[in-house]
Amino acid sequence: MTSPRRSFLWLLPLGLALLLFSLLARALQAGEPRTLARSAPSALLMQPAPALDLPPLDPAATLRPAQLRGQVWVLNVWASWCAPCRTELPALRALGEQARVPLVGLNYKDSAPQGLAWLRQHGNPFQLNLADAQGQVALDWGVVAVPETFVVDAQGRVRFKHSGPLTAEQVQRELLPLIERLRHAG
Amino acid sequence: MRVEPWLLSLALFSAQAAPTGPELDQRVEALARELRCLVCQNQSLADSSAPLAQDLKALLRRELAAGKSEEAVRQHLVARYGEVLLYKPPLHAGTALLWGAPLALAGLGLALLLRQRRRAGGEPA
Amino acid sequence: MTVELGHFAVLLALLVALLQGLLPLVAGARGQALARPAAGLQFGLLALGFAALLQAFVTHDFSVAIVAAHSQRELPLLYRFSALWGGHEGSLLLWVLLLALWGALLAWRAPGRLPPAFAARVLAVLGLLGAGFLGFLLLTSNPFARLSPVPLDGHDLNPLLQDPGMALHPPLLYLGYVGLALPYAFAVAALLEGPLQGAEERWQAWTEAARPWALAAWSCLGGGILLGSFWAYYELGWGGWWFWDAVENAAFMPWLVGTALLHSLAVSARPGGAFRHWTLLLALLGFALSLLGTFLVRSGVVSSVHAFASDPQRGLFILGLLGAAVLGGFGLYGWRALQLRAPAPAKPLQLGSRAGLLMLNNVLLAAACGTVLLGTLYPLVLDALGAPPISVGAPYFDTVFVPLMLPLLALLGLGPWRRWDAHEPWQAQRPLLPLALGAVASAVVGALVWQQGLGFALGLAAGLWVLASTLALALRGSWATWRGGPRPPLPRWGQWLAHAGLGLFVLGVTASRHFEQTHEFSLATGQGLHAGALHVTLESVRTAQGTNYRALQAQVRVEGPEGQRWLLQPEKRLYGPRQVVMTEAALQRQFGRDLYLSLGEALPDGRWSLRLQVKPGMTAIWLGALAIALGGGLAAWGRRQPRPQLGQQAAPTGVPTPKEPGTAPPLDLLPPPLRGIP
Repeated sequence: MTSPRRSFLWLLPLGLALLLFSLLARALQAGEPRTLARSAPSALLMQPAPALDLPPLDPAATLRPAQLRGQVWVLNVWASWCAPCRTELPALRALGEQARVPLVGLNYKDSAPQGLAWLRQHGNPFQLNLADAQGQVALDWGVVAVPETFVVDAQGRVRFKHSGPLTAEQVQRELLPLIERLRHAG
Repeated sequence: MRVEPWLLSLALFSAQAAPTGPELDQRVEALARELRCLVCQNQSLADSSAPLAQDLKALLRRELAAGKSEEAVRQHLVARYGEVLLYKPPLHAGTALLWGAPLALAGLGLALLLRQRRRAGGEPA
Repeated sequence: MTVELGHFAVLLALLVALLQGLLPLVAGARGQALARPAAGLQFGLLALGFAALLQAFVTHDFSVAIVAAHSQRELPLLYRFSALWGGHEGSLLLWVLLLALWGALLAWRAPGRLPPAFAARVLAVLGLLGAGFLGFLLLTSNPFARLSPVPLDGHDLNPLLQDPGMALHPPLLYLGYVGLALPYAFAVAALLEGPLQGAEERWQAWTEAARPWALAAWSCLGGGILLGSFWAYYELGWGGWWFWDAVENAAFMPWLVGTALLHSLAVSARPGGAFRHWTLLLALLGFALSLLGTFLVRSGVVSSVHAFASDPQRGLFILGLLGAAVLGGFGLYGWRALQLRAPAPAKPLQLGSRAGLLMLNNVLLAAACGTVLLGTLYPLVLDALGAPPISVGAPYFDTVFVPLMLPLLALLGLGPWRRWDAHEPWQAQRPLLPLALGAVASAVVGALVWQQGLGFALGLAAGLWVLASTLALALRGSWATWRGGPRPPLPRWGQWLAHAGLGLFVLGVTASRHFEQTHEFSLATGQGLHAGALHVTLESVRTAQGTNYRALQAQVRVEGPEGQRWLLQPEKRLYGPRQVVMTEAALQRQFGRDLYLSLGEALPDGRWSLRLQVKPGMTAIWLGALAIALGGGLAAWGRRQPRPQLGQQAAPTGVPTPKEPGTAPPLDLLPPPLRGIP
């Protein structure tokens, strides 16, 4: 009674509608809409890490940027006016000690006195701190929020980016294994 | 918003020097409207007052004033922030459906309509 | 106490809506007789509930949760009213109230214009929809919830919403949104009644009956969108009026489909009932898009400054409602459409006839709607596939929308001159040739004189062509009247007004996009500079006080090339308990162009940053859009009485009732519950 062609014409829009519903349902399940800052993976993954042509925050720093070549290291973007940066300090310190990686701090849009005072007050987990007072270098790294953490491999490529404060759990579950892998690969 | 036509003619007539003044303003504005503020809910760089947006706008101005083309500046920023920064999705395999949709939908509708020329009752098959 | 009474009234309304929804469909003639009183009662109960909450707002009853969340002691009276729909719960109550209002209006106007059985079915569908939304409201978004302990003062209405335009925008917009439920209900009721083939009179009756309601809803929707844009323009401080934001698109898509629906109804209402399937589908799709819009705005899946606070649980409920309405409506259609083989057509479609051109334009409108939908949802698609995110914004939509609309405008100027069904030779339209050539010539000249490109020329040509063609039609109609002929009916004036409005709108948009200038600069007090052809001086910056805000106000003098002087006073305001900062731009409206000045940040060296935009064509944009909405309203008013059928005397009741059982569909084609219903 009904032509198969006509039935097909009905299945198609119905199929599209079902597709639409499953899309919307899935979007709902994704939970709280993540801000773009956190959900977008870094565009720099597997790309050479941008240069860090900046003066050190503390002129008496022991580590020089050139010494980072050939090893796995971590960059953390922080500022004295950033509250979450304080909460992630223990996790950051644990990372530096357990993974035995150099921690480089990028002091973002801060003044040297305030940055140094913050480090003195809360402890300095970094082997080197660079002062990005205008935030220009941060733009090169694609920084959108503070704090952010990057992992750079021995070949100088960005391998990991996290936006927001690190948790101890994240350090244990994600970062330590990653750094181990990068060390053995490189 | 789309001021390129007369800007192009101006650019042709003027010397090959880097743009300054009102032309630069317009170009920065036009480019800033195409780029997304990544820390806002859904605003362009031109409309946002967020510090990151201001920084990026300043970067736009510097690069354009240095003589770079809009495309070069866009590539520069996309390399750092990803394609999500562009409000106009670039054309590649992932966005083929998006860019092809208008023509495809219109074509589909036209085809359905022509099939019905034989049926005034309006049966869709 | 009043609030609890209001809550009880809304609970009763849910019950009444359920009865209104089910009884007419299952209880035969007696059930049908209950539909009209039920619709009236549902509205009355919801009005009571609404009034109870209004009273809570006006009297600052902060024990009610939404009053505490959206109001505060110093809030002016007007905004205490609009605060009721300032949040999700209150706006949802407004939604169901307006849905009930449309139902009650239909119930009131139905006798004598619609067959009773049919009207009862339409009201039943509306009742089911109302019940669905009332269930959603009472279960997940109860506006009558109380707070304990009672706060001393409220959180204040978002200062963005403290504005007359914004106060009116949701009611008008929702009238349009829920108004599209009426064509949907008409479609579903028609589908429930019997197969689509045959029963020409029944078909024509329902198409004719649906037209004024569709026009009225579309007009309200257009007005609501216009008001939202108008408000965003002068209030938000960025100088734009359309951003292709997800929430804006959510309102625009039903409007596009509504436009197609109006024109499809015009074709289907003619003898022969061509394209009834398209009309039905468009009616179903229009409300489906309304529901989709509601979902997008309230579920939080899209990122937008307009969205309500996100809540996935609510989103799931709305998705369920959307699914039920869409699958129910389209499933019903599919079942009916597949039932019988279509009879041989009376006459084939002529693409060059008015009907053909209208359907071509409908294809373009539908394609435009589909494009907007895809663009809005594309980031979600990519996210679901795990691909890196992209943004789809104004540049994309502008690029794809314009090429679809240009052919539409070209055909729009031609269509109303053509014969309805027959293909007239094109020579009959020779009088139009000078108009068309004139439009194109003006566009070319304009582009050359103002040094613009192809985009400008096309926009100018399209706008002029539509305006000229419509004005010519109106003149021809008026001339015929003056010569003693019949006056053009009101719907015809509505059509001319709406089409002319569209032409004006297109001209405004073309001017705005190609001639807009933006100047960003910083000035110290007493300093001035040249911005384009204007000279701008910052005279002073001082503090000011409003009812519930403190402000920094700049006095800026702007001088034009011919010596005109204007004083603009942009502000930065600090509102109430939340201490929210708002930019209040200074807007200097002129017929030809607007001056838009907003105050930026204070720089460390004591200067103030300012942003001046010169925006030509804004008046044309607003007047054009207003004319479109008013044209629809005019046509709706003009169609409030049904036309007497051709070849029949105008019956006192106006609409021929369907014939007796002789032409009723065979019983075995109806599903069991529908048997026994005439």
